[in-house]
Amino acid sequence: MTITIITAMIMGTGGTAMDDFLLRGLLAGIGLALVTGPLGCVIVWRRMAYFGDTLSHSALLGVALGFLTGIGTQTGIVLVCLAIALALTLLQEQRRLGSDTLLGIISHSTLSLGMIALAVLGSVRVDLLSYLFGDILAVGDADLYAIWGGGALVLALLAWIWRPLLALTVDEDLARVEGVPVRRVRLGFTLMIAIIIALAMKIVGILLVTALLIIPAAAARRFAKGPEGMAVMSALIGVGAVVAGLGASLQVDVPTGPAIVAAAAALFLVSQAVPARG
Amino acid sequence: MTVPPLLEARNISLTRGDRTVLDNVSLSVGRGEIVTLIGPNGAGKTSLVKLCLGLVKPDKGLVIQAPGLNIGYMPQRLAVDVTLPMPVARFLSLWSRSTRAEMLSVLGEVGVEHAIDRAIQTLSGGELQRVLLARALLRKPDLLVLDEPVQAVDVHGQIELFELIGTIRNRRGCGVLLVSHDLHLVMARTDTVICLNRHVCCHGKPEDVSRHPEYVALFGRHADALAIYHHSHDHSHADDGCVVPAGQEHTGHGDHHGCGHDHHHHHGHDHGHGGHRHG
Repeated sequence: MTITIITAMIMGTGGTAMDDFLLRGLLAGIGLALVTGPLGCVIVWRRMAYFGDTLSHSALLGVALGFLTGIGTQTGIVLVCLAIALALTLLQEQRRLGSDTLLGIISHSTLSLGMIALAVLGSVRVDLLSYLFGDILAVGDADLYAIWGGGALVLALLAWIWRPLLALTVDEDLARVEGVPVRRVRLGFTLMIAIIIALAMKIVGILLVTALLIIPAAAARRFAKGPEGMAVMSALIGVGAVVAGLGASLQVDVPTGPAIVAAAAALFLVSQAVPARG
Repeated sequence: MTVPPLLEARNISLTRGDRTVLDNVSLSVGRGEIVTLIGPNGAGKTSLVKLCLGLVKPDKGLVIQAPGLNIGYMPQRLAVDVTLPMPVARFLSLWSRSTRAEMLSVLGEVGVEHAIDRAIQTLSGGELQRVLLARALLRKPDLLVLDEPVQAVDVHGQIELFELIGTIRNRRGCGVLLVSHDLHLVMARTDTVICLNRHVCCHGKPEDVSRHPEYVALFGRHADALAIYHHSHDHSHADDGCVVPAGQEHTGHGDHHGCGHDHHHHHGHDHGHGGHRHG
């Protein structure tokens, strides 16, 4: 199945129009997986899977905001994600309701509000499905630059705060004692998740973004002895899932976003058969 | 000539809402001094430690650290998520840049050099506490702050750990601020005891504190257990050079302890106050 892909890669931009969009899709997916791998590891370590899910669901509201204000969908998504993260932090400090309940409330209400807003806007209604599940084969050159540029930015930021982020993942109190600027590191990490959701929406859609974050990371756990090894492994497994999913969707004509997630899930299952290393 | 203390808290008061957490509390820790903070749960011990570390600001009073004071902090516990692969060496390198040789040397000092490549989640309670102690020591601290360092360690391990803390103080000459509610094991190695119950009930040398009426009122049930331990202020050496932990050569039970540790456990059961232990 990967032969089609490889052919497309070899032919490069000199190929036919069909090969062009395949190549763009593949490059976009790989670029995304290289970032979601390491970032997803931190989400798994910090038990933030539902936090990521909630942010990605609120992205639809960001799309609507982007259309309404003309600031663009990706900027809209990043802004809404940051606002939701802030609201969530404030609500959690109240300690009236459990985090899971708060996440559930915000996740589904923002998703509904986003759908309503897009329906009211009317003209973009047809695109709803591609926002929810992504459309990797509709990736344009601009999207590709955004993914690789934004992805490189996020990876650089992640590398920059890697040690303090690991320190506060290990123990927040200890990190605070050792002078780690806990609030700033957490804010930086939230910003990275927001950017990645904005970038990933086009590839796998907002309903499946979290899958690309946590499944490769979970699969990588069994092969890793240290945090850095797990991050690299997770990125590689994500790339594998993108290649396999894209290939499979071409072979049997199924939606690409779900095919990528299903491929990641298959790799996760395979990883469970491998004995753990530590 | 008086040497200024490493750390001094002067007339500290702290309130949270309408609750008084600490009321006019003072303490000081000097170089080479072991100060033990004891008190029941909710006495404000952890709040006082956070104040001393500069994490919390007092409502009244002052915390004065010696200029350039380097504090090595050992937390009560550390629960690293199992999804995070974290060998001990990587864990240590998160906090200070040190070479493997430096790590091995410090891990050796606390007796767990064998654990350097093990995943931190697979360590026993005692091994983890020693790794946490090694982490604090890697900073070459002037002052060690140990918050309930013997939780999740059996009585035998607790005695060894207190022994180790005393040895480290002697070798490095650093000050030690120790928090504990498990008082009878701690007392013998301590220079100064501060008995805290929101205010300072009493403070002084261990044997003075253990006779103080407020102390007896607070810990009456366990005060007799103390008598067993406060005879001796240092370890002694058995004929073969093996260290005998302080206070155990005269247990008052008629037991004789050499290097074997077979008998230690029953102290814990006799005097253990299980209700407090994991508070």
